[in-house]
Amino acid sequence: MEKITKNKTNVKALTGGYAVAEAWRQIEPDVMAVYPITPQTTIIETYAKMKADGKVATEIVQVESEHSAMSATIGASAAGARAVTASSSQGILYMAETLPVVSGLGLPIVMSVSSRALSAPLNIHGEHGDVMAVRDLGWVQIFAEQVQDAYDDTIIALKLAEEINAPVMPIMDGFHTSHTTERIEILDDEVVKKFVGERKVQQSLTDFENPTTFGTLALQNTFFEFKLDQEKVMQKAKIAYKKICGEFFKISGRKYSLFEAYQLEDATSVIVIMGATAGTAKDAIDKLRLKGKKVGLLSVKLFRPFPYGEIGKALSHISKIAVLDRAISFGAFPPLYQDIVSSVYHSHSRKPDLVSYIYGLGGRDTMQKDIEKVFQDLAEGEISSKIKYLT
Amino acid sequence: MNKDLTKKFSSGHATCAGCGIPAIVRTVLGATDEPVIVSNATGCLEVTTTIYPATSWKVPYIHSVFGNAAATAAGIDAAQKALEKSGKLKKKAKIVAFGGDGGTYDIGLQALSGALERGHDFLYVCYDNEGYMNTGGQRSGATPYGANTETAPVGSQSFGKTQQRKDLMEIVKAHGIKYLAQANVAYLPDLKRKAQKALNTPGPSFLLVLQPCTQIWKFPTSEYVAVGKLATETNFWPLYEIEDGKYIINNIAKEPKPIEEFLKTQGRFKHLFKDANKDVIAKIQNDVNVSWEKLQKKV
Ligand SMILES: Cc1ncc(C[n+]2csc(CCOP(=O)(O)OP(=O)(O)O)c2C)c(N)n1
Ligand code: SF4
Ligand SMILES: [Mg+2]
Repeated sequence: MEKITKNKTNVKALTGGYAVAEAWRQIEPDVMAVYPITPQTTIIETYAKMKADGKVATEIVQVESEHSAMSATIGASAAGARAVTASSSQGILYMAETLPVVSGLGLPIVMSVSSRALSAPLNIHGEHGDVMAVRDLGWVQIFAEQVQDAYDDTIIALKLAEEINAPVMPIMDGFHTSHTTERIEILDDEVVKKFVGERKVQQSLTDFENPTTFGTLALQNTFFEFKLDQEKVMQKAKIAYKKICGEFFKISGRKYSLFEAYQLEDATSVIVIMGATAGTAKDAIDKLRLKGKKVGLLSVKLFRPFPYGEIGKALSHISKIAVLDRAISFGAFPPLYQDIVSSVYHSHSRKPDLVSYIYGLGGRDTMQKDIEKVFQDLAEGEISSKIKYLT
Repeated sequence: MNKDLTKKFSSGHATCAGCGIPAIVRTVLGATDEPVIVSNATGCLEVTTTIYPATSWKVPYIHSVFGNAAATAAGIDAAQKALEKSGKLKKKAKIVAFGGDGGTYDIGLQALSGALERGHDFLYVCYDNEGYMNTGGQRSGATPYGANTETAPVGSQSFGKTQQRKDLMEIVKAHGIKYLAQANVAYLPDLKRKAQKALNTPGPSFLLVLQPCTQIWKFPTSEYVAVGKLATETNFWPLYEIEDGKYIINNIAKEPKPIEEFLKTQGRFKHLFKDANKDVIAKIQNDVNVSWEKLQKKV
């Protein structure tokens, strides 16, 4: 993310949860299905109050479970409405059965996520375990580093979803971003409304003249092609995301892309990370740079579809890479690491040194000194195929 | 086939010969001239009518998963309200959700309960064939005591299902909805009248419709009406309505037939006619009598 244009009237101190609700207020979807779970609750409570105060006309459906939250959102979206929801952790897994239905039906649903650890043991704090568990279900996933991104991502996600007819999950780190107050710039209501425009509905349950059957049974002779079509949509998503980020820059002055490169150009040792902890890593890099260390960062923004080629290219001159995952894949390398290995395999003529770290599970703090330690390991050649844990 | 009957649901579908499901769907959808949107749970109705690229549905239709027909309908209801408010929808359709007994008594019960409690404007129709038929005939919360099923099979130590079926009508009634009724595919005029009432009820309404399944209940394909009639004539499946909390029984027979008349028509109860299982039949008869008395007292 680059410079924020200073417009005093629109600068507000907001938590991530409030900022997302604020974006939703400006978009004003037709339908929002809500079911509470920490740390997502601040989004839906804020929105409910906006509705109670007459600021939005959205039909809010107070469902009895997340399974029904996504089911109602599916019904509403198929009926031609702009329909959204929000969730975290157990909630996302509770509705997991319906997530591939959304992508399979090509419904442009946006679900705001405050990511959180999964039980057991119970833990309500930030982690990416929940969104990683559903990463291969045909949803676009976008990670926010800070509150400003969480607000901006919501607007970008909605436009993206409706442009490609696929679901999008903008993700912020639970508590770390959802509950931290930061000064952010809010766009004017009219600017947001104009940017997202109206949903262009192709097929709808409320088109009685042209009845559509949604959710057919596809047998061995047709199912495979349905999946290939979905994969084409995901490839389109990457291009559409870049284009929409360009359009968003014009209205906001804020620049987003597939990933953020920080001090990457002349770096020799690099950390690859996603989400809120990128901020901590940048601070650590600033400090190490003052000492003359050639360190840098690549923070992945678009995680699904994963921009393998672009990331591989950006890392092609780097010889030492540490990938930091905020999720564990029991018995395997964690997700981001696996994707980075795939990226560099095709772009590096010489194998770089790669090492996997897992950090921040269940809300465990990751401090600047932890990041410095990672760079120190890289410098000292503490690199192996063993996963390291920043406990 | 009569054109009117196939206006909303075509004659091309893959249900077993002699299946009562199409008659239920046609009768319910035929009960209104207004536009209709259908939400359907996974099950026999869904898999036999939506095999891509064909579809039997001539009205807008959505199938999502097994347990969410009511929640999907709830979302459609919210969408219609929002789109009408913003001027994007001129006329709201009637929303009808269809679920089997598995999709309603069991895996979809929570979603149904939530949608009823929130008061969405829709009709939920449970076609009850008393088991998970699409997956080959396993027991459900609707399977009657003593029935032989794939997951509660008869064996040297077992006479089939050992539990009662759930009283779904009472469960639904407890939500305080304005209209619900128990019907039977063997009595189509009664079903049509009830569907009309239900569709004209603002807010949620509910129909529980018995649908004898030739395949799994094991009776000849020509017999579903006869088997269905016996279910009602023995008081195993009384026809009744609950309107604004008031019970109306629609079929008071002078002399109910003994339960054996119903049981003996079906392979799933064949084992009950062995000497060792005499007491099981006696218990079923007693349960039917008790339920019938209870129902009459509610009127
Ligand atoms: C979550 C989930 N669990 C299990 C199934 C497998 N399944 C598909 S249809 C079905 C039975 C449906 O029974 P019922 O609702 O009574 O409808 P019927 O097949 O009898 O028409 C089952 C168990 C599924 N599709 N989804
Ligand atoms: S198995 Fe039973 S319910 Fe299913 S289609 Fe055949 S007869 Fe109908
Ligand atoms: Mg059934």
